[in-house]
Amino acid sequence: MTLLEIDALTVELPGAARPVLDAVTLRLAAGEVVGLVGESGSGKSVTARSALGLLPARARVTGRVLVEGRDLVGADAARLREVRTGVASMVFQDPRAGINPVRRIGDFLTEPLRLTKGWSRREAEARALELLAAVGLPDPPRHLRQYPHQLSGGMLQRVMIAGALAGEPRLLLCDEPTTALDVSTQAEILALLGGLQRARGLGMLLITHDIELAAASCDRVYVMYAGRIVEQAPAAELFGSPRHPYTRGLLGSTPPLTGPLERLRPVPGAPMSLAESAPGCAFAARCTFAEPGRCDHSAPELLPLTAAPDRSAACFRVAELPNPAVTEARP
Amino acid sequence: MTALLEVSHLRKTYGATTAVDGVSFSLPPGGALGLVGESGSGKTTTARMLVGLERPDSGTIRVLGEAPAATLRGRTARLARAKAVQMVFQDPYLSLDGRLTVGSTLDGVLRLHGCHDRATRASRVRELLAQVGLGEREAAALPRHLSGGQRQRAAIARALAVEPAVLVLDEAVSALDVSVQAQVLNVLTDIRREAGIGLVFVSHDLAVVRYVCDEALVLLRGRPVEHRPIADLLDDPGHPYTRLLLDSVPRPGWDPETIARRRREVHLAGQGDRFLREL
Repeated sequence: MTLLEIDALTVELPGAARPVLDAVTLRLAAGEVVGLVGESGSGKSVTARSALGLLPARARVTGRVLVEGRDLVGADAARLREVRTGVASMVFQDPRAGINPVRRIGDFLTEPLRLTKGWSRREAEARALELLAAVGLPDPPRHLRQYPHQLSGGMLQRVMIAGALAGEPRLLLCDEPTTALDVSTQAEILALLGGLQRARGLGMLLITHDIELAAASCDRVYVMYAGRIVEQAPAAELFGSPRHPYTRGLLGSTPPLTGPLERLRPVPGAPMSLAESAPGCAFAARCTFAEPGRCDHSAPELLPLTAAPDRSAACFRVAELPNPAVTEARP
Repeated sequence: MTALLEVSHLRKTYGATTAVDGVSFSLPPGGALGLVGESGSGKTTTARMLVGLERPDSGTIRVLGEAPAATLRGRTARLARAKAVQMVFQDPYLSLDGRLTVGSTLDGVLRLHGCHDRATRASRVRELLAQVGLGEREAAALPRHLSGGQRQRAAIARALAVEPAVLVLDEAVSALDVSVQAQVLNVLTDIRREAGIGLVFVSHDLAVVRYVCDEALVLLRGRPVEHRPIADLLDDPGHPYTRLLLDSVPRPGWDPETIARRRREVHLAGQGDRFLREL
């Protein structure tokens, strides 16, 4: 049984011109680290939250979200609670926003254990101490009595991760877990997440706007654009030879740290907002390879590449495009 | 040739905390300096002192050879300061007046700086917007109807309207999507080349600093640890902290565990200095 299986998930909001998610299909096996890359509004957070059954209110939802075989679309409260307390949990972007600032760290960690597992204060505190030690904080007994403002951003993100581990989940959803942190703190948090993931055999979904971060930390990466998955590939291959024009555009927009410094070739225009829609490929309006009458006419499906069946892309012209490994890849 | 900006021995403390100490640099016409460091390193405090939003405890800032007035009382002093250095802030959602269209924001700046002819202002507004890749539609829009990238470009156009000697950008591209960030980075390199405006570019992103700047000044806990041409700095970082920042950038084959360990070492060493200073 696959740990997380999202199948043709479509989420439509009243008043929006296009679906927030449009037939998103994604698979994540136990022990696998999968990246979900995209810009703001691409639907990556909504996709991750669907794995906890957290879908926007008033949304019209079709498709399935299976977590260890349990479908969360239209699930009742008992099933949602079962998944949220014991199978999947989420690390959010900004620990200052995700942790109640007027309660102690100890309350943040012990309350869910006491409420969902019916543990005594003593048992819950013992577990909280273990968790704080597991995320590498220096002085667990003291942290238990501290308030969030007494900890730095990196330390507080460790507390958030400790909280996510409290229910011993098998699936960890990390929504931009390092975006609010400094670069070198980012490395610490990813080292921690990687260590925990390997030690506990967790399945991990890492959401990020940083394609290089995804390439460096994940086994496999999905790229999203305007609510659709446009490319899926093993991380190393995606970075070395992106196939979808949008993925190429993302890499061409990222200034390189080494190698020759050429003028950036930004993707023209801006990501598609929820107030816009397109009859064909959502990226066609910004795509240098778009073919009028074809790309703006109907939307391409995400299909395996004939040359590399472990990769897929949603682009009519993917087979005709020049090989980026030769013409566009960066050293 | 007179330097656009000549900064020496800037120092700023808040109570017992030293935010910036011993920052000196000089910016030639059309030069671009990156201020690099982690949060709390003093990058933003330095930027704010350059613009006059904070007053240094000691040290001097000279723009085009002259020290800006110490106090900004009165219209003339404020306008002169505005002409000297302009700033673009991190958050394009908060840095424009939400009740004015982008066009009227720019028009207001031009009027304030002594352009009294309406037609001249209108054509200058078009020119400024074209320079950052915006058009008629964006000029007529309120900031809330623009995307983040468009707003940030509008904020840059607003700063350029004054024709400042120096533009200070405080993490001005960090909040933008990558594809849009690249558009803004190209705008910055163009205005630097075409208008000879000096840039002080505050960023934690070394790849972006490499793209925009000639030199970088690395700050650690308010003190400069390294100040060199960016290419040399990236090729062969001289200070362990610079090396740590460089290695922290994700890339294939990246090993976050080693970086985490080295970070602890650099910070432990830092606690050592502080301990020695306190003695």
